[in-house]
Amino acid sequence: MDTMRDRFAPVVTRLLDEDPRVAVVLAEIGKDGFAEALRRHPDRVVNVGIREQLLVGVGAGLALTGLRPVVHTFASFLVERPFEQLKLDLGHQDAGAVLVSAAASFDWPAGGYTHMAPGDVALLDTLDGWTVHVPGHPDEAETLLRQAVAAGDDKVYVRLSVQSNTEARAVDGSRFRTVREGRSGVVVAVGPVLDAVLAGTEGLDVTVLYATTVRPFDTAALRRATETAGTDVVLVEPYLAGTSTAVVNDALSDVPHRVLGLGVARRELRRYGTVEEHVAAHGLDARSLRRRITDFVTGGTATQRA
Amino acid sequence: MTTIEERERVYAYSDLPGLMSMMTGDEKHGPAATSTLDVLWVLYDRVLRVDPERPDDPGRDRFLLSKGHGPMAYYAVLAAKGFLPVDWLPGFGRYDSPLGHHPDRTLVPGAEIGSGSLGHGLPIAVGTALGLRAQGLAEPQVWALIGDAELDEGSNHEAIAFAGPAGLERLHTVVVDNASASHALPGGIAARFEAAGWSAVTVDGRDHEALYAAFTAPHPGRPHVVVARVEPKTA
Repeated sequence: MDTMRDRFAPVVTRLLDEDPRVAVVLAEIGKDGFAEALRRHPDRVVNVGIREQLLVGVGAGLALTGLRPVVHTFASFLVERPFEQLKLDLGHQDAGAVLVSAAASFDWPAGGYTHMAPGDVALLDTLDGWTVHVPGHPDEAETLLRQAVAAGDDKVYVRLSVQSNTEARAVDGSRFRTVREGRSGVVVAVGPVLDAVLAGTEGLDVTVLYATTVRPFDTAALRRATETAGTDVVLVEPYLAGTSTAVVNDALSDVPHRVLGLGVARRELRRYGTVEEHVAAHGLDARSLRRRITDFVTGGTATQRA
Repeated sequence: MTTIEERERVYAYSDLPGLMSMMTGDEKHGPAATSTLDVLWVLYDRVLRVDPERPDDPGRDRFLLSKGHGPMAYYAVLAAKGFLPVDWLPGFGRYDSPLGHHPDRTLVPGAEIGSGSLGHGLPIAVGTALGLRAQGLAEPQVWALIGDAELDEGSNHEAIAFAGPAGLERLHTVVVDNASASHALPGGIAARFEAAGWSAVTVDGRDHEALYAAFTAPHPGRPHVVVARVEPKTA
């Protein structure tokens, strides 16, 4: 199967052809995919070199003249390194952009911690007005990329990953989908963790919601789910554990509830290897998820009995 | 409220100290504010094609004040040129005033960017120049004003190194040099830009004719920097 990132350049190249507002800003990474687009639209495909502060500043400048910039590099160099540019050049200037990241939390484990960005969504959470899409399949990525570019002058982050579910779901760029219904807890699976969540909760009496747009968070869907499944909520996020815990707490602030935030641990592993090994190390494989979710929704009795 | 008479009044350079004292409450102004005064006046009076009646005209020149510190001179010039009402000036820095100690583009008519954190204006100016080019708007020129110490910020050097080879002819930078950098750029400011392929002129930042000549000097195929030297901050 191709990856989300394989879809990125072809989709955006078509958008460049279709919409004269669209422009692409790159910092070397990903430029090969835009070689043909650069030939066709030399003024709307810009590679600034390995200069990530300029990457975002240029995106902001393009936006201030009325264009719709699509800004791309690895998540570490898109969100973390030029974070003040996101805060000021986009947010404070009231300029919009579509940020499309690759490499996610640990897409390239052998590349080490320098190329891991589990904190990207949490960082964006300190800013106002960002839409965050976390597709779980290349088809979903394609849909969400198109929606992001079409979203006026909004600030939109699209988080691409090599991690993927085996099948695509219909996504609409805002709402959660109910994938499974139960009566003893709600599990919110974000993007590419869905397959592991479904396998890990097989046979458990829980509702599984599938989220591909996490900001804004579909609190209405969560509240609806709690009406039959109760207010024990487990978040399974492919980035920093607990990133959305506060959002869930706010959504359920008027009712007694419990929240378990699962995701990538803050601790640096200092390990290389494969994606699967890192998924397991962070307890995000189906077996670990089953144990952790079961413990939570049964109050720990399941493990104690075992 | 701004009266018709106030809007129609024509302000001269000699009115600027009075406008600034409306903000500061006294006749003395900090060096950071006045170091830019002559550069701003010559630009707004004789160079920039901007119109307070059409602040969103796609064909306008873009002036980006990157050095947002000490913006009294900027506000005074914007008021003198009719972008903002003179009666806003006494509120400078107050909770309900649009005029902060660093400008906010969403609050200040005519301000193309908000600034305050150093090193943001020039990269945004590069993007602005690219955006105008991509839309076939050949006329509008782009200007960024930065301070000599602001050049300490690495983001400027990303922009300088890109804009030269990219041949961004419509991009202009004014470096107001009041020798405030603790570690002056080795080789000098103009040389830094020239090494990246920019056209560069260094002039007396208080000499209006010299500034005008430097601002309007042809620089085909290259971005242009004017280093405007003023009295050292510590003097």
